[in-house]
Amino acid sequence: MKAFRTYIMLCAGTGCVSNGVFKIKEVLEQELEKHSLQDEVAIVMTGCNGFCAQGPLMVVKPEGIFYQFLTPECIPHLVEEHFLKGRPVKDLMYVPPEKEEVIPELHAIPFFKDQRLIAMRNRGMINPDSIEEYIARDGYRALSKAVGSMKPEEVIKEISDSGLRGRGGAGFPTGRKWESRRKDPRTPKYVVCNADEGDPGAFMDRSIVEADPHSIIEGMAVGAYAVGASMGYVYLRMEYPLAVKRMQYAIEQAKEYGLLGQDILGSGFDFDMQIFKGAGAFVCGETTALVASIEGKPPEPRQRPPRTTLWDKPVVINNVETWANVPVIINLGAKWFSEIGTETSKGTKVFSLAGNVNNAGLVEVPMGITLREIVYDIGGGIPKGNEFKAVQTGGPSGGVIPASLLDLSVDYEQLAQAGSMMGSGGMIVMDDATCMVDVARYFVEFTNDESCGKCTPCREGSRALLEILNRLCRGEGKEGDIELLQELGESVRDASLCGLGQSLPNPVLSSLEHFRDEYEEHLNNHRCPAGVCKALITFNIDKDVCTGCRLCAKKCPQDAITGEAKKPHEIDHDKCIKCGVCIDVCKFEAVSVT
Amino acid sequence: MAKIKPEDLDKITEKIKRTMLLREGEHRAKIIVHMGTCGIAAGARKVMGAFMALTDQEQTKDVILTTSSCAGLCSREPMATVEIRGQTPVKYVDLDEEKAKKVFSDHVLGGKVVEEYALATGSERVG
Repeated sequence: MKAFRTYIMLCAGTGCVSNGVFKIKEVLEQELEKHSLQDEVAIVMTGCNGFCAQGPLMVVKPEGIFYQFLTPECIPHLVEEHFLKGRPVKDLMYVPPEKEEVIPELHAIPFFKDQRLIAMRNRGMINPDSIEEYIARDGYRALSKAVGSMKPEEVIKEISDSGLRGRGGAGFPTGRKWESRRKDPRTPKYVVCNADEGDPGAFMDRSIVEADPHSIIEGMAVGAYAVGASMGYVYLRMEYPLAVKRMQYAIEQAKEYGLLGQDILGSGFDFDMQIFKGAGAFVCGETTALVASIEGKPPEPRQRPPRTTLWDKPVVINNVETWANVPVIINLGAKWFSEIGTETSKGTKVFSLAGNVNNAGLVEVPMGITLREIVYDIGGGIPKGNEFKAVQTGGPSGGVIPASLLDLSVDYEQLAQAGSMMGSGGMIVMDDATCMVDVARYFVEFTNDESCGKCTPCREGSRALLEILNRLCRGEGKEGDIELLQELGESVRDASLCGLGQSLPNPVLSSLEHFRDEYEEHLNNHRCPAGVCKALITFNIDKDVCTGCRLCAKKCPQDAITGEAKKPHEIDHDKCIKCGVCIDVCKFEAVSVT
Repeated sequence: MAKIKPEDLDKITEKIKRTMLLREGEHRAKIIVHMGTCGIAAGARKVMGAFMALTDQEQTKDVILTTSSCAGLCSREPMATVEIRGQTPVKYVDLDEEKAKKVFSDHVLGGKVVEEYALATGSERVG
C-alpha cells in the first residue's frame, strides 16, 4: 500500500463542517495539484478533534503541527510555505491566551497535553468511514477476544471489576446492569445505545459517534454477547444528521466484514444492529421514555421498579461513552482501567467545556482531576480578563459550583455532594458578567418546555418555578418568593416521577445556596448586579468621558441617543432596548450599565 | 468483502500499518529534506521523490520523511539531515538521486554514516 510522506488530518466534525471545511478541502486539493504534491501529501478527513472553538483545524502528521482558524484564502500560502518549502506557517498556529509565542505542536498545547484519551482514543487519527483504519488501531480485537475465548460471565466480570459506571449521568455500575439482564431468562434480549444527548451545550456523544462509530458497534457487540442479546439499537437524535450518516455507513461496513450479522468471526454468535432516529425531545434521553419511543409510543417515562423492558423483553441501555469504553477494558483489562480515577469513579470522563472559557471544546480527563485544572490548565482560563464566577456541570439537571469549590475533585460523589452532578458531561463556565438568577431561569425554561406533562410535580412545579423566576428578573418579585423557590424546588425534586423532574430544580437550589445575595438584590432592590436582566438595568453615558463623536447615535437601532456633535450625548431610557450596541462601538468606554 | 475471521484482523492491520505508523510519527529514523526556494531550485524535490520511492520499495515502517525550510548553507543544496533515534543528526550536502540511494541504504537502513557526502554531524546551537 502506497504511503505518503505527509498526512493532513483535516477535522470534519460537525463544528468544522459548518465552518466550511469541505471548501477548504477543495482548495487544498487544487493547490496540492498545482505544486504536484498530490502523490506526496495525503488529505484525511477525520472526526471531531475536540478543540472546537479553534476550528476549522488541521493537524499535519507526522510532525504533529496544529493549525487553527483555517479559511480557504489562507490555503494557497499554507501549501506553498509548509508543504512545498517546508516552512510551517506561524500565523495559523495556536497562541495561548495572553501570550505571544506560538505553540506549533499539538502535543505541547496545554488543551491537548493534559487530557487522557480512552473513549476518544481514535479522535483525529482515523477516517471514520474506514473500518480498516479502526481495525489497524486495535479495533475489533475485544470482540474477537470475547466471542473467541471468553465466556459471557467472564466478560461481565471484567466490566464489573473495572468499576465502569454509566456515563449518561446516573453513574449506575455497568457490570451490575449487565449481570441482571443476563440472569433474566426471557428472550430475545436487546442492547441499546442512548445517543439522544439532549443537554444544551453537550456534544461529547455526537463527537464520538461522528469520529469513531465502530467503537460503539464493537462495544455493543461485546455487551450483547455478554448478556445474550441478538439485536441492538442506536437511538440517535435526528438533530445529528452527520452522526446518523456516519453510524449508518459504519454499520453497513461492519455487516460487510461479517462483524455484525450471523456467526460473527466464526464463533456462532449472531448480532445485528439498527439506527432508530429520535425526533428531538429532551425527555427521550430518559431510559423509560426512550424505550417508549422505540416502541412507537409517546415518550412518557414510567415508574421504576419494575425494571425497564423493551417489548417486555430484557434490555441493556447504556450511553455512547459507556459503550466506547467497553472494547478498551476488554483489551487492556479491568485492573488497568481501575487504576485510573478515584476510589468510587474509575476511568476517564469526557466533558464539553463551553461558556466563558478560552479553550472551548471536548476534553477527556481522568476522574479525580480538579475543576480548577480543567477550567484553567486545560481551558486556559476566562477570556477578556473577567473573573470566574461559577461552573455549571451536568447540563440543565446540574447545579452551579462557585469559585470556593474549584479545588473539588471531579467524581460522581463529590459533584453530587456539592449540589450538582456529573450528568452527561456538560461543563459551562460562567464569568462575573453572568446573572445567576437568569441562569436558573434559562435552565428551568428549558426543562419546563421539555417536561412530558405526565406527573404533576414536574408539569405544574416547573411552571410555577419559572413564573417566580421570570418575575424576579423583571423586578416584580414578591415577599416570600425566595422561600417559595426553595420549598417548591425541594418538592419537585422529591416527588417527580422521572429524572427530568427530579433534577430540574438543581440549578435553582444550587444557585440559591451559593448566590442567595443575587436573588435578594433582584427581589428587594430591583437590581441585577451582573447587569444582565434587561428590566433591571439602565444604560447611561458618562458626560465626563463622552466626546460627542456620534458613533453610538448612528448605530443605535432605536435612535435612542441624542446630542450635538462634540458635546456629551444622552440615552432616552424610554426608547432604549438595552441591546448593547452602543457599548460595543464606543471607543472611549463612556457607556455604562447600572 | 468476504466475512472475516479472527486472523484477518491482524492481516488487515499489517496491510495498512505503514500508513498508520507514518501518521502517528513513531519512527526509528527521520529524514529531513531541506526545501526552501534555494533547495527546490537546486533539485530538492527530486531528492524527496527518490527517498519516497526508496521507502516504498523497502516497505519501511519506521522511517519518516519530513521537510524543513532552508537550512542556511544555500550553496550546497540539495541537503538532507538524517536523524536516527539515539544518535547525532548528520547533514548531507550536494545530494542527487543516486547519492540519496546510498545514504538510504548505508545510513538509514544500515546505520553507517556515508562520510564522503556528509558535511557535519550534530545540530546548530540556538540562542
